[in-house]
Amino acid sequence: MKQALEQIQKSADELIAAAQSVAQVEELRVRFLGKKGELTAILKQMGKLSPEERPVVGALANEVREAITQDITARTKELQEAQLQQRLLEETMDVTLPGERPVQGKRHPFEKVLRELKEIFLGMGFDVVSGPEVELDHYNFEMLNMPKSHPARDTQDTFYITENVLLRTQTSPMQIRTMEKTKPPIRIICPGRVYRSDAVDATHSPIFHQIEGLVVDENVTFSDLKGTLEMFIKKLYGEGTRVRFRPHHFPYTEPSAEMDMSCFKCGGKGCSLCKGEGWIEILGCGMVHPKVLENCGIDPEKYSGFAFGVGLERIVMMRYGIDDMRLLYENDLRFLKQF
Amino acid sequence: MKMPLGWAKEFAKIDCTPHEYAERMTMSGSKVETYESEADSIENVVVGKILSLVPHPDSDHMVVCQVDVGAQEPVQIVTGAGNLKEGDLVPAALHKSLLPGGKEIRKGKLRGVESCGMLCSLGELGLTVHDFPNAIEDGIMVLDPAEPEGKFPTGTPIEKALGLDDVTVEFEITPNRPDCLSVRGLARETAATFGVPFEDVEPQVKPGHGDVNDFLKVEIENTDLCLRYAGAVVENVRVKPSPRWMRERLRQCGVRPINNLVDITNYVMLEYGQPMHCFDYRYVNGGHIIVRNAKSGEQIETLDGVQRTLSEEMLVIADEKGPIAVAGVMGGEYSGVYDSTTTIVFESAMFDGPSVRTTAKKLGMRTEASGRYEKGLDPNGCLRCLQRALELVQLLDAGDVVNGIVDVCAKERPERVIPLRPEAVNRLLGTQLDGEAMADILKPLGFTMRGQDVVVPSFRWDMERDCDIAEEVARFVGYNKMPSTILKGVACARPTERQTFRETMLDALTGYGLYEIESFSFYSRKAFDAIHLPEHSRLREAVVISNPLGEDTSIMRTTALPSVMENIARNYHARAAECAVFEDATVYLPQGGPDVLPDEREQVVIAAYGERYHYLALKGILEQWLSCAGVKEVRFERNSDGGAYHPGRCADIYAGDEKLGVIGEIHPVVLENYDVKPRVVAAEIDMEVLFAHRGGTAVFQPLPKHPAITRDLALVAAMDVPAAEIASRIEAGVGKILESLTLFDVYTGEHIEQGKKSLAYNLVLRAADRTLTDEEAENAVRKVLKNLAEIDVVLRS
Repeated sequence: MKQALEQIQKSADELIAAAQSVAQVEELRVRFLGKKGELTAILKQMGKLSPEERPVVGALANEVREAITQDITARTKELQEAQLQQRLLEETMDVTLPGERPVQGKRHPFEKVLRELKEIFLGMGFDVVSGPEVELDHYNFEMLNMPKSHPARDTQDTFYITENVLLRTQTSPMQIRTMEKTKPPIRIICPGRVYRSDAVDATHSPIFHQIEGLVVDENVTFSDLKGTLEMFIKKLYGEGTRVRFRPHHFPYTEPSAEMDMSCFKCGGKGCSLCKGEGWIEILGCGMVHPKVLENCGIDPEKYSGFAFGVGLERIVMMRYGIDDMRLLYENDLRFLKQF
Repeated sequence: MKMPLGWAKEFAKIDCTPHEYAERMTMSGSKVETYESEADSIENVVVGKILSLVPHPDSDHMVVCQVDVGAQEPVQIVTGAGNLKEGDLVPAALHKSLLPGGKEIRKGKLRGVESCGMLCSLGELGLTVHDFPNAIEDGIMVLDPAEPEGKFPTGTPIEKALGLDDVTVEFEITPNRPDCLSVRGLARETAATFGVPFEDVEPQVKPGHGDVNDFLKVEIENTDLCLRYAGAVVENVRVKPSPRWMRERLRQCGVRPINNLVDITNYVMLEYGQPMHCFDYRYVNGGHIIVRNAKSGEQIETLDGVQRTLSEEMLVIADEKGPIAVAGVMGGEYSGVYDSTTTIVFESAMFDGPSVRTTAKKLGMRTEASGRYEKGLDPNGCLRCLQRALELVQLLDAGDVVNGIVDVCAKERPERVIPLRPEAVNRLLGTQLDGEAMADILKPLGFTMRGQDVVVPSFRWDMERDCDIAEEVARFVGYNKMPSTILKGVACARPTERQTFRETMLDALTGYGLYEIESFSFYSRKAFDAIHLPEHSRLREAVVISNPLGEDTSIMRTTALPSVMENIARNYHARAAECAVFEDATVYLPQGGPDVLPDEREQVVIAAYGERYHYLALKGILEQWLSCAGVKEVRFERNSDGGAYHPGRCADIYAGDEKLGVIGEIHPVVLENYDVKPRVVAAEIDMEVLFAHRGGTAVFQPLPKHPAITRDLALVAAMDVPAAEIASRIEAGVGKILESLTLFDVYTGEHIEQGKKSLAYNLVLRAADRTLTDEEAENAVRKVLKNLAEIDVVLRS
């Protein structure tokens, strides 16, 4: 029996070493160690042995089982490893082939830049409001200190619906609508479409976008206006940007100003973008005219405020280097895909 | 407003470069648009003297001149002009010279004879006979030895000799400062900006003859529209060109010199800002000027030769026979100055701004005068202008002044006083200036102080209250020297739920491959026909623009589908292989009467063409999008009357019982209207309704603890049974334990009876609180089949 056991171990060793697949190894496991396997068959004959031989052969049988089991485990592992290596080798591919991209559209450049502007102003405590584009003359002009036949109306060529209804020429009517509804403190911006009867060309469009801003509170000063707009421009164009304020006139603000920023292209040295001036006109602003406050039932002796209006097109065009405003409304995919 | 800098310097002695001038004036509030000197466009052209001229040996019409150009040796120049003689002073463009328009002159040979330059005509110097009335138009310009330009030695740069070397500064004048539409007004600002005295000189008229009242009687009938009318008379007028200096200044201002009398009215207008007019006394019938409203239908032929019909609200200057001028706008045909004119009347009057504006607009003739009047001029300044005109008449020897002025003044500007409240000004500006500092700023601008009151000069009627004082103070302190501060107080802002919703939803669309577009809010009525909008559709009622740029942009859109289709067409015609776009558009739906504002609604319109975009692809996008919005109970219902859409491929989209929008394939005829060949799918969603049906905050559901049972059902149904109907019957049959239902195959073809289709569903059943038994699953399936049998849907055998 002892010999038989040794023979089993020997043949198992050889066969396992020669096995070429995990399945073959499994077959050998069944053949040698299975319930009907060769080792089991020998152990079944243990009864025939004398009590002295039994422990000896028993121990030997266990040794053989242990050894075969280890062989099988080791060989299986080896074969699995080889198999894996083989698979990995076979699966090698050209990793530089083009990827399969998911489709992805884009927001319009207006919306991208507007989002930035909104974020900056939200950060400074300005709520975002919106209002009607088809507007009453009353809000667009009269309440803003521009009665009928006011010469300043000529600077804004207006589309009229009726004598009293028009397409808003500016987002400023939202100043009035806001002040009528809300008591100070007020901090809002109002982005939106505005309309003027300009024919379409590279720098004009009968429809364009403005962002109106309004702050009303006690003790709001021209210095606050300066500080706020300076911060806005620095957030939008970088800390190194300089601004300057020039006196100007709007009927609904006094004092009024236009703000220029140092040319971001040449840094203020003068180039084709800033027409050699080193400055780029960026927005109009001023202290809310006391008549406008009074029109809205706000006491100018107690409250003061400032307002500003920024043209979005200009900022968008400068941001991306777009040289023709028409592109923004033509929406050619080759254009939209660039942003 | 174009201003000759040399003219302003008569009132304010400043010395700086044009660049510095422009910069400082801009920063103190008079914005300089540009400045230029005509001299900049002329180089190396000098005064030359013809020493000799001989005929060209090889040409009939050319002469060879020896010209003294101030150099040691004369230069030889060949010219074709026949108007020259020895001793003439001429503009000589030397070798390597530059003429207006960028023309360069170099030496060369003309028919074999060397010519070292060119003798110039008026035109070649960029001038006309209006500028130099004594020069001829079709020959070489000959400088008049009697005029200043003829007194310069040879070799003098021509721009200096001709007085072209002054700088013209162009200002952008805002409507609140009509006083700055004048050299004097700008000079006052100049003086204040540079801190030099404003040197103002009262006009001095020497005594003339007679009495103006014997010539002229003035009556104002409408004192609301004519605040003042002043007139003076000049006899024995000597009509001739005005002198060089006056012509040059007018020219710099962009005004064409005409003759001495007309030039005087323009000169005074430019100097003082007050429009003036000049009538031939022969045509003021009865020497009687009546300022009155026009009679309805009354006619006048204006100076521009146009016959105009007046209406009652218009103000006219009339004589006893009829209107001779439209007040503040333009004179009548016979109101000018002619060679035969002997006596003239100067008018210096003040008309109501809004009235002039309305009249000018109605007659379609905005003139220099009307543009000034409508901004509101100073009636107190009228007399001085008249005196200045008379002074100039005497200076130019243009006629004999009749003594006195007829002045009918209905309304002078009363004195306006603003109490100086330094604390109010500082409160507005954030400064700490005292009253004295403020007064020091105001005084050079023409304000006077009376105790603590600021007395406003009558030409500064824009000044009303503290804030106006604040602006004057701010602009002379310097806007950029004022402090810059951060807003005080805490403000907490965040986007509204609606704003966040919009951004989230539109961003999601880009995630499905769609590009956002922005199109015009107006279009043509033809757009409705292009998208097959039914005749009776309410959407055909639009907000109409009364003064559109053109028919193509004449109504406000009531649907954005045409806008988006336009874009699809544009991209298709630009050969885009596929295109998928959306617009978050505002549409304008009229409500109520004409003066009621329309309902402005936000509508998302999607459209796409290309291989991957078919009806179900877009429906899938919408399903995903609506689920992203958290909308419950979304239903798609066939709409076979879709207008713009294919009648067999269009559905209305509902959230519960409310219509969210529509989806479909664009009707082939509509595609044809846009000249688009591939199939286009589109959808329109009302954003307000979508927002109303948005899902709330998610509520967590525990992950399943019990196993699921799955069942596959292969069903056969008639072709016209909607899949949505089958799905809802399956859902009803299974009830709560239905975890998911997936249609994984739809089949029609040879293995299926004609007119039928096969649908294969996968059902996942699960209970949250127990393990389902097979029996429960079988029961559920039985119920489903019973529900389906009602609409003749059966298991596929």
